[in-house]
Amino acid sequence: MARAGRLRVLWTTAAAGLLLVACGNQELPQNTLDPEGPVARKLDNLIDPVFVVAGLVFVLVQGLVLYSALRFRRRSDDEAPRQVHGNAKLELGWTVAPALILLVVSVATVGTIADINRRAEGADVVNVNVIGHQWWWEFEYPGRGVVTANELHIPAGRPVALKLTSEDVIHSFWPPKLAGKLDVIPGRENFMTVEADEPGTYFGQCAEFCGLSHADMGLRVVAHTSGDFDEWVRTNAAPAERPNEGEAGEGAALFRQKGCASCHTVNGYSAGELGPDLTHLQQRKVFAGAAFELNEQNLRVWLRDPPEEKPGSLMPNLELSEDEITKLIAYLETLK
Amino acid sequence: MTTVLEPPTPDVLATTPVEDAGLMRRPTEPQGVWSWITTVDHKRIGILYGVTAFIFFLAGGIEALLLRLQLAKPNGTVLGAEAYNEVFTMHGTTMVFLVVMPLSAAFFNYMMPLQIGARDVAFPRLNAFSYWAFLFGGLFLYSSFLLGGAPDGGWFGYAPNTSIVFSPGHGIDFWVYGLQILGIASTVSAVNFIVTMLNMRAPGMTLMRMPIFSWMTLISSFLILFAMPVITVALFLLSFDRNFGANFFNPAAGGDPVLWQHLFWIFGHPEVYILILPAMGMVSEVLPVFSRKPLFGYPVMVFSGIAIGFMGWGVWVHHMFAVGLGPVAVSAFSLSTMFIAVPTGVKIFNWIATTWKGSLKLTTPMLFAMGFIAMFTIGGLSGVTHAVSPHDRQQTDTYYVVAHFHYVLFGGALFGIMAGIYYWWPKVFGTMLDERLGKLNFWTWFVGFNLAFGPMHLLGLQGMPRRIYTYDESLGLDFWNMVSTVGAFTIAFSVLVFMYNIWRSHKRKVKAPADPWDARTLEWSIPSPPPHYNFAEIPTVHALDEFWHRKYTEDDDGRPVRVADPQGGEGGDDDPDHDDEHHDDEGHGIHMPSPSYYPLVAAFGLPVMAYGMVYGRSSGQSYVVVVLGAVILLAGLFAWAMEPSAEPEEHDHEMIEAHSGEEPVLVAAGGPAALEDGGQESGEKGGQPAGGASEDPTDGGGGGPAPEGSGP
Repeated sequence: MARAGRLRVLWTTAAAGLLLVACGNQELPQNTLDPEGPVARKLDNLIDPVFVVAGLVFVLVQGLVLYSALRFRRRSDDEAPRQVHGNAKLELGWTVAPALILLVVSVATVGTIADINRRAEGADVVNVNVIGHQWWWEFEYPGRGVVTANELHIPAGRPVALKLTSEDVIHSFWPPKLAGKLDVIPGRENFMTVEADEPGTYFGQCAEFCGLSHADMGLRVVAHTSGDFDEWVRTNAAPAERPNEGEAGEGAALFRQKGCASCHTVNGYSAGELGPDLTHLQQRKVFAGAAFELNEQNLRVWLRDPPEEKPGSLMPNLELSEDEITKLIAYLETLK
Repeated sequence: MTTVLEPPTPDVLATTPVEDAGLMRRPTEPQGVWSWITTVDHKRIGILYGVTAFIFFLAGGIEALLLRLQLAKPNGTVLGAEAYNEVFTMHGTTMVFLVVMPLSAAFFNYMMPLQIGARDVAFPRLNAFSYWAFLFGGLFLYSSFLLGGAPDGGWFGYAPNTSIVFSPGHGIDFWVYGLQILGIASTVSAVNFIVTMLNMRAPGMTLMRMPIFSWMTLISSFLILFAMPVITVALFLLSFDRNFGANFFNPAAGGDPVLWQHLFWIFGHPEVYILILPAMGMVSEVLPVFSRKPLFGYPVMVFSGIAIGFMGWGVWVHHMFAVGLGPVAVSAFSLSTMFIAVPTGVKIFNWIATTWKGSLKLTTPMLFAMGFIAMFTIGGLSGVTHAVSPHDRQQTDTYYVVAHFHYVLFGGALFGIMAGIYYWWPKVFGTMLDERLGKLNFWTWFVGFNLAFGPMHLLGLQGMPRRIYTYDESLGLDFWNMVSTVGAFTIAFSVLVFMYNIWRSHKRKVKAPADPWDARTLEWSIPSPPPHYNFAEIPTVHALDEFWHRKYTEDDDGRPVRVADPQGGEGGDDDPDHDDEHHDDEGHGIHMPSPSYYPLVAAFGLPVMAYGMVYGRSSGQSYVVVVLGAVILLAGLFAWAMEPSAEPEEHDHEMIEAHSGEEPVLVAAGGPAALEDGGQESGEKGGQPAGGASEDPTDGGGGGPAPEGSGP
């Protein structure tokens, strides 16, 4: 009876799992088994047959263990089984057979390693520098004059070559549906390619433990049609317009007085380097390492006490009054 | 003539010359707390290791439950980020260094000498030192919770996150020096076990007649011996970065954080085999006994263990497939990682073949052993999927990996250790554990384990990274996380059942016979629990599974037939005492090493030095306390070296007196009696000493003059 229970648990777990993997795409934005770009698909195509073979070995071994436990159970204390000390042929067999299976897998593996390590080249490749910070992402578009944070905007259907490096500790850049992760290491440059089949927003997050708020270091990859991407670049390369009057104007002044400007760049107004570039903040849907959706309410909560919302945040609590926060938000809302 | 572990008569005390280094009077208590604190008996040290590791297991388990509570639902609020990072760091560090390694060490200590027919390990006091260093290292590490925060850099402590810039508190310092102390404990005991196994096997026990658990102990010990220095170096570099402004891992000054990863995993991967090989050995003992068949392909099991031990050094980069080391390195390590599955697979099939057509008695240890095969196989298969390195870029640092290594270290190591505990419990404590509770223990353990860790495969593949204190509902990960938490608490329930079983067995005291399982190896040939001298007569070994061959022969059909007049060893209750030359029914005239304070004293210096290093950094580079700790350590070692390994007995005193003036006292005290005993016994039986087997368990003055130098 206990054995039946054990079987049932195994099978229902496995079956429910497969079911969820198969039809849960909508709710699983980081599902590696549901690639949405050619790089991630190569990995998936490589592993799928390995999962099948592993599944067969799993069934074989579990079957043998169960069979042995049921079939050869002691029924009388007088049983005197034949003393078999070994069998060279059998043992050679189950040494060689797995080795042969693994040989096949290894050939496919090495082929894919070479493939995914090839750097993307060509006229339609977009280059982006990815810089990891505790705990947010910076994206520079060399030659396009764009710097943004936490949202990597790319054209769909075109390979994007990423150059990864870190300002502080080791992070790992991971947009699961588009590519496997690659570490982002201070003092080193790593290269990887991402590509999305279709326009859309893809989830990702830092995958290497990077300190206190590692869990809050998310990212988004936003794929546009080629035309939309060019439009996005044009918008984001332009300097920000500075409001001179009203709440927004007062907010702009506060941005300098309260020290925001010493950490944040607003192209044409300030040139801070520690925090994310805010020139076109309103072009993004998330902020603070993609931990929060960008809206008035979330900005307000954030500005009251950043380390409270995101442990360890380098942005300190500036002891802002509600009035100051309102003005600052009014200013930030002009950064379109 | 009594042994020194028996209550000494006033007469003996009166005539014992005070001749040690004079720091402390030699401890003599045969019972009570002090007898445990000063013990050098490998069996007592084994029990101390086991009990201590179990307490740490409870601590690590509570940490696991906290982690699972925090992750049970999205955006959990049980632990904050800081607490979560501390708890997962301590959970990993605890389970690896304070639970699985010392639990294995408990069995190495207790069982290995019994299995090879020895009376103790080669260096009994060094053995005690290892235990105290382990205990102090663990307590030191845990004291960080009370002293400003536990380490929070993960059990892998990646640079530069662990540097002074990013981790300015003391947590990482506690981790660094705690592991250094534990490393000393492990290295020292590895040396001890290796020397014991190579030199002190019973006459006739060639290496290929050595029980398989002892073989796995030997391989693990060699792995420890070679792996620990690597992490010691890495930790030293890190501590120089932190304490003295060195820049080994600081990229801004030309250092390289990836160097840390290489060093850590060159240690870390063999460490995995250090954790799993002993459990494989235990399972390899349990399966034959409860199948009534010999281990299938013993030589292949030995050599596959050695092969795993060797290949384990060539796979470390599979922990670093996402570092960006280039296609050549990644390809090479993908291949080596794949092919280490071959010797592992051989073991799995040989275990199944051991049970095949056997007569299986599904006792609790057998259930755990078969559960081991089933669960470890899953861990092995997911391990092969990691070796497919392009896809490992998806798997690594996700819960898929967490699932994998829990199937190896829990489904493997802990299942094996549980099998070992239930199997050897009667031998160690002389009482039987309850079988019904044992089965409840197994099934709740089995179900809880699969509920807790099975879903993690899915969570990882669905994009849940490791080491995150929180996750958003938008990731769609809530259901399996909740299942996993339920599983974790099922395991907790199972542990309670286990503890209740122990408590009940202690209450009821169902006396265990010497050989309750009809077992195969020498430890079952002596009473349960074994006398302090283990074997009244050192056995002579004629075959693999020596004890089984004393009970059975094989008929023409290869079936076991009970021997009419079994030479069942010394264990039977009606077994008349051996006609010992000394006609002494207590100690058989066997000269055992004497208890000592000095291993404890020396080991106590280590945490003092460690606290000195931790607080030296924050107190203006003042390292006075380190010097104090070093003085304690050296004083302990010095007194230890000056102390004879065994106090002289009555007739020895005459010899000492006879030789006084010429002979160094400490040599004379330990040597002649022991040599005399050994000579008599091997003479009596005419056994061929294998590999320089010696029946003398005394350590010749703490590694000082060897016994051969002690003959008058």
